[in-house]
Amino acid sequence: MADIEALLGEPWVLSPSVALRPEPFGALAYHFGNRKLTFLKRPELVAVVRALGEQPDVRTALRATGVPEAEHRAYAEALLGLAAADMIRPRGVAA
Amino acid sequence: MTIAPERPARPTNGSLVDQFELGLDAPICLTWELTYACNLECAHCLSSSGRRDPRELTTEQCEAVIDELQRMQVFYVNIGGGEPTIRPDFWHLLEYAVEHQVGVKFSTNGVRITPERARFLASTDYVDVQISLDGATSEVNDYVRGAGSYDMALNALQNLQDAGFLDAKISVVCTRQNIGQLDEFKVLADLFGATLRLTRLRPSGRGADVWDELHPLPEQQRVLYDWLMANGEDVLTGDSFFHLAAFGESLPGLNLCGAGRVVCLIDPVGDVYACPFAIHEQFLAGNLLADGGFQEVWQRSELFTQLRSPQTGGACASCQFYDSCRGGCMAAKFFTGLPLDGPDPECVQGYGETALLAERSIPAPSQDHSKANATRNQPIMLQLLTRPPISDCAESPLAGYEPGAPPGGCCS
Repeated sequence: MADIEALLGEPWVLSPSVALRPEPFGALAYHFGNRKLTFLKRPELVAVVRALGEQPDVRTALRATGVPEAEHRAYAEALLGLAAADMIRPRGVAA
Repeated sequence: MTIAPERPARPTNGSLVDQFELGLDAPICLTWELTYACNLECAHCLSSSGRRDPRELTTEQCEAVIDELQRMQVFYVNIGGGEPTIRPDFWHLLEYAVEHQVGVKFSTNGVRITPERARFLASTDYVDVQISLDGATSEVNDYVRGAGSYDMALNALQNLQDAGFLDAKISVVCTRQNIGQLDEFKVLADLFGATLRLTRLRPSGRGADVWDELHPLPEQQRVLYDWLMANGEDVLTGDSFFHLAAFGESLPGLNLCGAGRVVCLIDPVGDVYACPFAIHEQFLAGNLLADGGFQEVWQRSELFTQLRSPQTGGACASCQFYDSCRGGCMAAKFFTGLPLDGPDPECVQGYGETALLAERSIPAPSQDHSKANATRNQPIMLQLLTRPPISDCAESPLAGYEPGAPPGGCCS
């Protein structure tokens, strides 16, 4: 699970081609480039994804949005899933 | 439009399907039929299309709809008809939508996909093209879609491929006549660098007239299910076949009825229906011109609110497969005259066949834009069906033929 530890220390951001649409359960993320739809099933996850770009790394974004330390790994796994569809990407990668 | 009272707070946990059943703030899968006009007269047309309706939305009204979809963050829209490309402002509206962050997937029979248009389409982002084809051979396709329609579709696919348009969709309505051609469809799709999309034949629109003859037989449902289980990852189905989930494993795709929850239809005159297969006043939520816009209808109409309230399984509640198929397709039940809280007419456990044998009355259509007089494009099967028999029991091919009599009767 080195991926997760590494992710927590890295700067990430919402992909520039992705729009988030608020929904009662969280949000719907749409990628205008690859046309994938993804569902963020918790409002807390939406807050984390929105905070990514404003914080130096993922762990700080999780803390800033009030996610308990015990849940960081679970959130990091969810973020890896979003990364696989290019919904979020490491900061510094061009669009 | 009847406005629903304020909706209650919803639980924040639960599966995605549970959340979908309670509805979303905007649809995921919105179909917008731009015109009832069509160059073809397909026997099973869902919207009974043929003639333009004089009340169809103007260019300006269509632009206003797109503006509203952009505000609601409806990220893409499925445009159909009728044949949408024969609207003179179709290409303008396509560009207008894309410029306003509303991606477009449009369905066409291919009539206007010339080499020049294909090159234009290849130059756009956010545009998907879906060519309708209901047979892998002209014999099977033209039987329901009319003479020349197979060549028209393949010509369009060829033009798209030649122009470098990537990943067109070939959209197939599965029928008794083409279930045996699934592999051939896949070969065709691969040949054109296209993706195959399979959908279910609904007894909606003119489809009600031919459903008995065209809908897949029970053993063909199994063939379809097995084929989808083996090939489903590379084939699109939308939420077409969730009624087959009762065979066992759920199929890839959305396994629930999305009507009024995540899916809806805007028709050419701005009427908003619960789903593209339910163009009937029973499923009419409101009109976006008369009722304050699409968002108002989507979020506040009484019909949609009711569809988002918890449903009971009715006659299906005691079936062990209810959690898989959720009672099947509302439109298929309605247009075959079955109760909405009972089995789907094509229930794979066989409850539909039993239900179809009981007394039922098929609802009269609430709109029909079919051409008043048949043209040369009309499929032959309808000409056969609409010719009255000499008498109910005269089965002989020579019935009514009298040597020496003037030409007339069945051979005229």
